[in-house]
This record gives sequence, C-alpha cells and structure tokens, in this order.
Amino acid sequence: MNEQLRFTKEHEWVLVKGNIIRVGISDYAQNELGDIVFVDLPSIGDIVEEGEGIAVLESVKAVSDVYAPVSGEIVAINEALEESPELVNESPFEAGWIVEIEVAGVAQTGDLMNQQEYEAFLKGV
Amino acid sequence: MTMNKTVPLIFERSAPGRRGYRLPDLDVPAVPVGDLIPQDFLREEPPALPEVSELEVVRHYTQLSRRNHGVDVGFYPLGSCTMKYNPRVHEDVTSLPGLAAIHPYQPEETVQGALELMYNLGQYLAVISGLSATTLQPAAGAHGELTGLMVIKAYHAKRNENHRREMIIPDSAHGTNPASCAMVGYKVVEVPSDERGGVDVAALKALVGPNTAGLMLTNPNTLGLFDENICEIADIVHDAGGLLYYDGANANAIMGIARPGDMGFDVVHFNLHKTFSTPHGGGGPGAGPIVVSQELAPFLPGPVVEKQGDRYRFVTPEHSIGRVRSFYGNFLVYARAYAYIRSHGPEGLKQVSETAVLHANYMMQRLKDVYHLPYDRTCMHEFVLSGVWQKEHGVRTLDIAKRLSDYGFHAPTVYFPMVVEEAIMIEPTETEPKSTLDQFIDVMKRIAEEAQEDPELLTTAPHRTPVKRLDEARAARHPVLRWEKP
Amino acid sequence: MRYLPLTQEEKAEMLQILGVDEVEELFDDIPEGIRLREELDLPGALSEAELVRHFAELAGQNKNLKEVVSFLGAGSYDHLVPALIKHIVGRGEFLTAYTPYQPEITQGVLQSIFEYQTLICELTGMEASNASMYDGASALAEAALMACAATRRELVVLPSTLHPEWRNVVRLYLESQDVSIVDLPYDQASGIVNPQALEGIPWPDAACVVVQQPNFFGLLENVAPFRDVVKKHGGLLVMAVDPISLSLLKSPGELGADIVVGDGQSLGNAMGFGGPSLGFFATSGSKLIRRMPGRVVGETVDSEGTRGYVLTLQTREQHIRREKATSNICSNQALNALTAAVYLSVMGKEGFRDVGYQSLQKAHYLQEQLLSMEGLSAPFSAPFFREFVLKAAVDWEDINLRLMEQGFVGGLPLARFGLPELVLFSVTEARTKEEMDHFVDLLRGLIA
Repeated sequence: MNEQLRFTKEHEWVLVKGNIIRVGISDYAQNELGDIVFVDLPSIGDIVEEGEGIAVLESVKAVSDVYAPVSGEIVAINEALEESPELVNESPFEAGWIVEIEVAGVAQTGDLMNQQEYEAFLKGV
Repeated sequence: MTMNKTVPLIFERSAPGRRGYRLPDLDVPAVPVGDLIPQDFLREEPPALPEVSELEVVRHYTQLSRRNHGVDVGFYPLGSCTMKYNPRVHEDVTSLPGLAAIHPYQPEETVQGALELMYNLGQYLAVISGLSATTLQPAAGAHGELTGLMVIKAYHAKRNENHRREMIIPDSAHGTNPASCAMVGYKVVEVPSDERGGVDVAALKALVGPNTAGLMLTNPNTLGLFDENICEIADIVHDAGGLLYYDGANANAIMGIARPGDMGFDVVHFNLHKTFSTPHGGGGPGAGPIVVSQELAPFLPGPVVEKQGDRYRFVTPEHSIGRVRSFYGNFLVYARAYAYIRSHGPEGLKQVSETAVLHANYMMQRLKDVYHLPYDRTCMHEFVLSGVWQKEHGVRTLDIAKRLSDYGFHAPTVYFPMVVEEAIMIEPTETEPKSTLDQFIDVMKRIAEEAQEDPELLTTAPHRTPVKRLDEARAARHPVLRWEKP
Repeated sequence: MRYLPLTQEEKAEMLQILGVDEVEELFDDIPEGIRLREELDLPGALSEAELVRHFAELAGQNKNLKEVVSFLGAGSYDHLVPALIKHIVGRGEFLTAYTPYQPEITQGVLQSIFEYQTLICELTGMEASNASMYDGASALAEAALMACAATRRELVVLPSTLHPEWRNVVRLYLESQDVSIVDLPYDQASGIVNPQALEGIPWPDAACVVVQQPNFFGLLENVAPFRDVVKKHGGLLVMAVDPISLSLLKSPGELGADIVVGDGQSLGNAMGFGGPSLGFFATSGSKLIRRMPGRVVGETVDSEGTRGYVLTLQTREQHIRREKATSNICSNQALNALTAAVYLSVMGKEGFRDVGYQSLQKAHYLQEQLLSMEGLSAPFSAPFFREFVLKAAVDWEDINLRLMEQGFVGGLPLARFGLPELVLFSVTEARTKEEMDHFVDLLRGLIA
C-alpha cells in the first residue's frame, strides 16, 4: 500500500499530488459496507466544501456517504465505477478510487492520520 | 412431489397465433380504425403480449403459486406485519356484485349500502382508537402517515404556525415515518431510546420547541414494548404546541385494552391489512385509514360519509386538505376489515389482542435462553431477539432467517429495528395454534445448536428451497428489470 | 372465538411458564389511567352465517352493474373480466403472502412481478416499470415529484384536461413540498390543449409537463408540441395513459415520454366502488430508473447459477434511506398488479388488441346514435378513444335516476366538476348493440 495515504475518521483515504487530492475509502470501510452495487458520483466542475457529501456508495441494503476531506473543485471522477462498482471492494486503494479534488493553494492534510495511526484508530472502533 | 428449479416466464411459453380469451364478435358496423383516429396516433403493431392458451396461463400461475410462502402455507412470524389468518368468508362477501360491481360515480341513492358500510366502519375505527373522525381514503399505512402529516401541517397553517416543521421520531421508528415526513417538507428530529427501550423523556424535553410540529410514535413500539411514559410524552409534546401521531402498525396488541386517543394521540392510522386481517396479497393492496381528533376533523381528505336521518351522503370537510388518491380508497379491502370487526365484536377484538400478547410472551420466554434478549421485560404482541451470540460462530441473523426456510417457516423480520444489533423480530399473532409455536421454538433452538456445531450449514442455507441463496449484489449492480426477447 | 385456537389448558400452561396468574398482568406496563375498563362500544359478534346475511343486505342496497347497464367511466371501467382471474388471484399462496422479503421462498410472487413489469414495459414502450403504486392519481403525483427531484426544479405544468380528482391529488402532493403549478387551458372547440397554450409558460423553470392521454374528456391530445417545448428546455415529459388505449395508440415511449403512469383498474380488476386498483409507473434511462419510487424486482442467479428473482435497487426505498428515500411508499397493490398480469397474459396480443378495437368501435357507434337525437350535441371536435362528451340543456342527474328505473346508468354528468350540461359517456367492449340501441331509445324518450 502507498505510504503516502492519509486517512479520515470517516474511513476515507486521500492521496496528495500537488494541489490535486485523490479520495477513496479504506479497506476496512469497504468490508463493513459489503458488496458495493452502485456509486453515485458527483459531476466534474462541482465545487465542494470540506465535510460535504460528494459521493454515495450503495451496497445491497445500506447507503453510505463519502465526505469531502478538503474544500475544492471536483476535477476527476472514476468513471469505471459506473459499470464496475465492485472495484471499490476489490481494489479500494487503487482501481477503486472515487474522485479527485483540486484545492486552491497547497492541500492541508496535516490533521489526517497516517497508516499506523489509522490502524490504531481502527482498534478502538 | 418434485419441483422444477425454474418456471419458464409466461413470455417463454408464447407461440405466435395462439390465443387465450376470445371476445364475442363485434356486433356494431366495423369502421376502419384510421377513419376514427388519425393514423398518426396509431401504433403499427399491438404490444408484444404473450400468446398462450388459457390452460397454459392457469398452469403457469399455479406453478408459480407453489413456489410461494403464505399464511395459508405455513407459519409467518414476520414482526410488525401481523400475519394472521385471513378468513375466507371475507373473500366471499366482498365479491358480491353489490360491492364488487359498483361504480364510484353511481348516484348516491344507488349505493346506500356502500356508504352505510363506510360510515359504520369509520365509526368503529373511531371507537377502537378513542378518536373522532375517519377517512378511509389512504391506500396503505405509509399513505395514512402521509395523509396524517398533511392534516397536521394544514392544522398548524390554519393557526398561522406554518413555521412548525420539525417532526420528532424515535430512533427505533419504521422507515416510512421519516420518509413520510420528507414528503410534506418536514425536518426529521430523532429522539433516542432509553435503556428500557422507550422514548428518552429527558432527551425529548430538550428537543421540543416552537418549531415542533409533532411526534410520531408506534406504541407498543418496534421493540414490541409499551412505552410506560406515554402520558408524560404526550404532555411534553402538547405543551410545546405539537401534535401526536400514532403509527398503528402495532395496534394488534391493544384492541379493547387501551386507546391511542386516551393516551393523548391526535391522529392514528391503522394498517387494516395487519390488525384487521385483510390479506397482504404479496405486498398489497392494504388500507391505511386515519382517525383524528375533533379539532383535526375539518382538515380530513374528502369526501367523507355523513349520516342524515336514515340516508348517507358524501360531504367534503370544511378545511379539507384535498385528496390523496382518486375515489374513496381501497373499498373492497376495508370492507373486509368491516367484516372482521363485525364478526369479532368488542369481546372478540379484546381476546385477539390478549392472545397475541400471551403468544409473544410465551415464545420470548422459551427462546431467551438460546438467543440474546436485549430488552428483558414483558413484551406486547411481538419481541426482538438479537443474533449476537450466534455471530460469535460466524453465523449472522440473515443465515438464521434463510435456515428457517429449510424447516418450512417464514423468517421473522430481520435487521429491524436498527437499535438492536442482528435483530430478529418475532410476531406470532393470535391465530396460530400452540403446537405451531412450539414447533417453531424447537426449530429455533435446533438452529442455535447448528450455529455452534456446523456454521456452514447455516451460512449456505437454504438447502431445500426451489432456488438456493440468491445473488442480490448481482441484481443491483447490473439491473435486469424486464424480460427481453432473445 | 372462531379464529382463536388457544384452549384453556394451553393457556394455563403458557401462563404457568410465564409465572403469571392472569393474562391481565402482561399489560401492567400500560398505566392504569389509560387502561380501558369498559367494553368497546361496538356491535356484538356475528357468526359466519349472520355475517353473510348482513353483507347480502348491505350489498342488496346497492344497484350493481351486473343488473344495470352502465355508461360510466372517468377512471373506472366496466370491461370484461376472464373467469380464470379470480381463481388464480384467489389462491392462498398469492393472497396471503407478505412482501417477498425472503426471495428463496417467494419466487412465485417475485416472478409474477417481474412478468408484470415486462408487460407494463411492452404497453408503454419504456425500459423499466416498478412493482405498482396505489392508483393512477397518486402515481402521477409521484411522477411529478420525481421529475422535480431529477431536474432540481420546482414547477410542474398541468393541463386543465387532466381528470379533476387526479389533479386534486397532484396539487396536494406538490403543495406539500412547495412545488408550484402552472395550468394549461384547453381549447373550448377541440377539447384538447392547443399548441398556443404552451406559449408564455416559464419552461426553463419547469420540471415537467403532464399529458393525460386520452384526456379526461376521452379526447386525444397532440403530444408532440408538449414534448418538443419541455425537452428543449431540459424538462421531462410525463404521460398519464389509459392502458387499454395502448392496444391501439402509439406507445408513450415512442412519443418520447420520460415517465409514464396510469391506472390499471381496467386490466381485469373489479370496479369495487373505486378500489383497490393499481397505479403503474414506468420510466427509461438508468438515471431516472434509480429515482423511481416503490419496489422493483430484478433477475439474478442463485449460488448454483439458477435463474431467480429478488427485490432490487432497494437503497431508493424508505426502509433503507429513510427521509432521503425516493418516496415513502411501502405496501403497494401487488395483488392488483398480479391481476393485471394474468389479464394481459390470457388476453394475449390479439385479444388485448380486440378489447381496444371493440371499445373504440362501440363508443363511436353509440356517439353516432346519440348525436342523431334532437337536442344532443358534441361540444368537442378532437378524436376520441372510448369516452366522449355530449351536451344538452337537461338535468343529467335526474335523467340518470330515471334511467336507473329502466335498468341503465347513463353517462357521468360533469356538473359535479363545474361543467354544466356536459355528460361523459364511456363504452367498453362489454356493451352490446342491443343494450346501446335500447339505451338510445330510452334516452330519446326522456330528453324529448
């Protein structure tokens, strides 16, 4: 797994590439949700606020929001999820990414957890 | 008797040119269709309906029916659904042409019997609920909720309190409650349950205020428990200027024993397809009449039936919200509920509730050693177990539900209410013989043993049904919602 | 009681296991102040024989349409119903089943709904149908709300030729969510909405326009202008259709509809004083399909690869998404949908077309006969299907009562909807030439 990943308490991961932030959900989260059957993606160009719902993941009998870890503009969505939502289950950190957000200036992810911190956090869940 | 794994679709039985039903020959002069309707409006080919004989249709649906569980087939302990026996005489009396073959727009003078039935049923439901005025228009419980909320909203608006748009709902509520709120533009405010499973009164006090439209409550609640604090709850909501809505899904516990009106409720809906034994029909039709207090009566949907001397007529209440469906609701459904009330009488209805509650407590008592009982207190007509003990063996509540099918039982309601982990909600109803309750208890105990000894037997269940466990994820990922000609 | 099997011995045994003396004690959680200590004020219990007699008396006070010949329609129709329907629909396995939440033991209901959905798609020309709604009127209201949600707009354009009761239902549902309504007047000469009426509407704000086809007067609207203008501005075309008319008329799908609803009473269901019936609801395109209200059945396979059916796309529904659900609907009209499916199956391609064809022919025959009568005129010029409006300066309510004495119910006087002198006749394939000729003679005598 990519050492650069940072995690939120809502079980999203983010990967910073300059002022672009890629967002997905953690392996723990996909496992809790079960078989993902549909991903409701935002539109490219949408302006989002930190903490706002940006995508919806649906399993057979549950619905879960994905929240924006930062404010910015949606610049990419993972269109492969429209046909193959199961990618979120099969490859949560790679092929199952969800959106990319462009932030103004430098992305602030200092208050997010790194891999070890997140694992410790999961033990307390 | 063996059963095929699949039954072909009716379309797959079709052969070009084969016919089922035939009309009499046309007895008026035939005019070319294009002379009556401009060609531009007409389709070139009739819809591609199946072309099958009458025998094929009968056989097809008979085969399908044999792949279906119903109350007539076996025990159906589905919590919150009240799957009691549906008396057959109700099917007979509601198919009389004098009820089944009357048109909603016939002159009132020619449908006095229908109006009398509607009027009296409205009165009976008012008596049972302890409230004043009834509309029979809503077609189902959720439709009744919507109607009741529209009435509450109209009441507040009339009093220039249109800002009251917050509806308080317990965390254990049916999903229809918040969904109905959304349909009238109400904001849902959730009140937590206390440790005894009732509304957390202190939390409620903190939630009410000048924007409170009301509180929706099921009592007994979805845990099958009667909320002992109901009078205090009603006072808190009324003092804040809100109204109380009673979700009647669980009314089978209280007929002739306690009345929502006396508890302080202002609006009640009944699920006639639960409490009053109209058949569920595989998902409907139901009927969800609402009964309201005198103050709310002018806001009911119209028309309602009024009695003048010995005549009955339709009238529209003074401040009626309008209509929630066309005509007068599911008439032939609520006519069955009328029959149910008439054949039980006051004493019979009370016995129904007493027996339903006795049955539930008996089963709860005998099952609580093998399944976790999160709220160990006297229940009403249903109770909620938890599959957490079995989860330790890798067996989920869903697996227990599927395994019950192998023993010929329908599963209880599972994973609801959401306040209980791995919930198993059992409602035996009053019409089951004790021997059936005992068989079910024995099977539940055996399944608990299987969970320990052979978990895989459960996680791969069912084994004896026409189809094995179905892939719901596949159905949702790539929806196939209709048959396509290959 | 007849339906309570518990014996005294069994009751005693249960009480003993519970450690209580009386059933009473199980209700101790109910505060004394609200315990009902008197009997409910209801009439005493009837035995089965008494109940049957009582119902015979009630039913006997109604004039039923097996004994009188009716020309009433306006949403409830007297079509022929094949005898096998009641035998199939009355089977306990269908009648006494709940919603098919456990698919492995409810394949019968699930497959029948899947077939129903396919049949509705065939009629409407749409891609997907739900498992049914309460009735046509509430289905239309939900369609309008769905259009608002899909377009994020809060304005709905309604024709004044919509059934007044349906309009009332739609208005109430929309007002409850603060959605505005704009009315399209109809042309007094043709009885349909003219293209000119579509001008001056704030189309960029409109979520949808509704077309009822045939309209309340039985007349055929020109759908294309509605479609063109609403779609040009990004709104949706919602059609409310009479399913029997789809045996002959172009499908809404072909006409470009986005959402199609209607009432399925005429598909084998009893009139039953207006209910139960069913609303059907169909749409196209994956985005709109995921916004559909109500239950939907989909095909899948079991763990051994065998074809089977399940409730699907459930995350739209109230039991999962609660206040964010696409609707609050839970129970629908499954048994009526089953009735419609059996009806369409046994009628089949040719039989169903015949129903529409004969209704059309007979309606036009009756209209022609009536128009030959002094004092009766046709107020509207647009083509009609199986219902038509006539006009005469007479008291139609009074005429109907007098016709009733002769074994007939005439058309529906539209005075109740604010249209004096107008009367709406409906003719189905169930009417015979003999009945119609007799009716015309009687009416001639009464109007003269």
